[in-house]
Amino acid sequence: MTHAQGGYYLPSPSHWPLVGSIGLFLTTFGFALNPNDPTFLMYIGLAIIAYMMFGWFGTVIRESEGGLYNDQVDRSYRWGMMWFIFSEVMFFAAFFGALFYARQLALPWLNGEGNNAMTNEILYNGFQAVWPTDANGPANVGGDYKIIEAWGIPALNTLILLSSGVTVTWAHWGLKKGNRGQLILGLLATVILGFTFVGFQAYEYIHAYTEMNLTLGSGIYGSTFFMLTGFHGLHVTIGAIMLTVMLLRSMKGHFTADNHFAFEAAAWYWHFVDVVWLGLFIFVYWL
Amino acid sequence: MSEHGPEKGIKRWLFTTNHKDIGTLYLWFSFIMLLVGGAMAMVIRAELMYPGMQVVNPNFFNMMTTMHGLIMVFGAIMPATVGMANWLIPMMIGAPDMAMPRMNNWSFWILPFAATMLVLPMFMGGDFLAGQGPAFGWTFYEPLSGQYDNLAFFIFAVHLLGISSIMGSINIIATILNLRAPGMTLMKMPMFVWTWLITAFLLIAVMPVLAGAVTMMLTDKYFGTSFFDAAGGGDPVLFQHVFWFFGHPEVYIMILPAFGIVSQIIPTFARKKLFGYSSMVYATAAIAFLSFIVWAHHMYTVGMPVAGELYFMYATVMIAVPTAVKVFNWTATMWRGAMTFETPMLWAVAFVFLFTIGGFTGLMLGVAPSDFQYHDTYFVVAHFHYVLVTGALFALIGGVYYWLPKWTGNMYDEKLGKLHFWLSVISVNVLFFPQHFVGLAGMQRRVPDYAVQFADWNFWSSIGGFVFGLSQLLFMYIVIKTIKGGEKASDKVWDNPEGLEWTVPSPAPYHTFETAPEIK
Repeated sequence: MTHAQGGYYLPSPSHWPLVGSIGLFLTTFGFALNPNDPTFLMYIGLAIIAYMMFGWFGTVIRESEGGLYNDQVDRSYRWGMMWFIFSEVMFFAAFFGALFYARQLALPWLNGEGNNAMTNEILYNGFQAVWPTDANGPANVGGDYKIIEAWGIPALNTLILLSSGVTVTWAHWGLKKGNRGQLILGLLATVILGFTFVGFQAYEYIHAYTEMNLTLGSGIYGSTFFMLTGFHGLHVTIGAIMLTVMLLRSMKGHFTADNHFAFEAAAWYWHFVDVVWLGLFIFVYWL
Repeated sequence: MSEHGPEKGIKRWLFTTNHKDIGTLYLWFSFIMLLVGGAMAMVIRAELMYPGMQVVNPNFFNMMTTMHGLIMVFGAIMPATVGMANWLIPMMIGAPDMAMPRMNNWSFWILPFAATMLVLPMFMGGDFLAGQGPAFGWTFYEPLSGQYDNLAFFIFAVHLLGISSIMGSINIIATILNLRAPGMTLMKMPMFVWTWLITAFLLIAVMPVLAGAVTMMLTDKYFGTSFFDAAGGGDPVLFQHVFWFFGHPEVYIMILPAFGIVSQIIPTFARKKLFGYSSMVYATAAIAFLSFIVWAHHMYTVGMPVAGELYFMYATVMIAVPTAVKVFNWTATMWRGAMTFETPMLWAVAFVFLFTIGGFTGLMLGVAPSDFQYHDTYFVVAHFHYVLVTGALFALIGGVYYWLPKWTGNMYDEKLGKLHFWLSVISVNVLFFPQHFVGLAGMQRRVPDYAVQFADWNFWSSIGGFVFGLSQLLFMYIVIKTIKGGEKASDKVWDNPEGLEWTVPSPAPYHTFETAPEIK
């Protein structure tokens, strides 16, 4: 029972949303039961979500390749992806906001700035919060730590991500020219660069935890550092998986020069994680 | 299975991709939540009916105020407005359905699971009456909320609610921007559609910030971060900033669709076009913009630099300007209209009066030096209940009466509808108006006991509360009676109402506008 009257494709009833809800519920329920040691329910939930994504996206891909979507449906997906990315921007904004608040307001106040002289004098006598090296608070939460310098791996990662933005655009040009070789090569390069970035991040994290005593528990510095870079790394991973799917679809012969929104959506998402990274590089690593 | 009919049995509701089915699901879900949250409110009023400890222990009382607020905001008002959007927006703009029907189903079907995550902790820990559920206030301020054992359930409930809201909003925006019938230009859209377009934008902008806030709570409690802990260089006040950056737009998320509903009802029963349509659109947009830059007016007494207090005060009272534009426009629409007072109109007129009272008390609270006096008293409680109960909820109930004949094909019982209205409007004022007095006299909110000097008004407030709460059962009876039968409604239902939804048969067929209508 599908309705395509008037051109706009309306899908028939679907069980995928409910499967997704059950997956989300089991994931969160299993996690919440014991957050520090999540129960097996969480893994079952995650498996159900993965199953749902295969099924649901698979359905969408079949419908798209089957020519059921007209330009108007395409525009709906464009609006959808744009606003989804906007919501992601706002999610990162919360953590950037926390970073700026801590650096510009909270720590200076603990130091006694503004009308907080007595706060420092009485509560935190002698405390000097120097960003970044001494920003784990009056209690020196997590102990002394070293920071990751901007002009090592982070600068290299900046180069990698910016290059991947170029390669994905080059792949897009190939698609629009009908040059499938260029599309596949460009995507392959982008995916490799993306996972290389993730690998460097993982290396950096291990280094921070084992050599520098920089952890999630290193006061507000560690909190903002790991939450911002961690959520970004997660998003790079998701984006790289999306691009991998696009690569596999390209190799199967999907997409045409003027009908390839899935590719563009993944590319938009990739540019979004790229821009977030620039913010991270400047405000978390560099300044 | 016919090409145009719904599926049979439970599968229809579980797997549906039809905007009317999903709208119905949202509306029933929100009504059940309204009754649950209302029952909790009655526990609160029972405890406060007399001074001294009466019915429940203090922790249970705190759990009731907390859960009442959360359930009413996230379970009742918000889903009800989304239900209205689902039913009405496609019909109002001449679209065949929502832009992404499967995702629309998902937006709804996350909610029952989110609600389960929210209420479950109340029953964990064995002794329900001991009040072991969330009891940290609906604003879940750190560091108090961080002390709570089953915090992760609450956090994930908020995450799930956020996912649902964001997907629902994306769908609404895509529908409005992309599925309008030819000729339905933006400035021809019904006000309800406009208010929801702007509400959806607010939701997409602030729900992720709330998700960020609760994520920081999660890692602070379980994974050693220090966002809200001064010992680690963080700041508990940071929580309040992040929360209210979400929380202030959130109140407009609840009220803007109500503005939209009232803007549909009043012209019909005044038999005039809505006065100042374009100024209504611009005022809605202005309110939405301002809602992002006033959040710290909830935090005047927390401690802020004086420049901050002044800035947030001026920005806040500026909201009175676009809001007043709306109130004057509704009034001007009624001015010299051929007015009749069917039930939907009664609710809409009551909305204009009573919401305005809530707006004025909001101005009083928005002025920093006077807020120092009122902060965390029952005056604040009275203020936001005038805005959310006699504001948002009244508009929603009025909207249900207004569109119910279109949805069901039957007229509701006008006598019972009027009885429901008068019972509600009198009792709700008995309930909330005295709270202004006790608040100004210094009665604290969120405390189960109070000084004897507040006893009389609290007694009347409780009486009003019980009558108001029980009156809503009459509402349920009226709605079910209308669904089951009654006088057949005509296609137009009312005397020449404006809008595409009145051009389709009553009840509205399962699929409408599969071929786009022509808009002149």
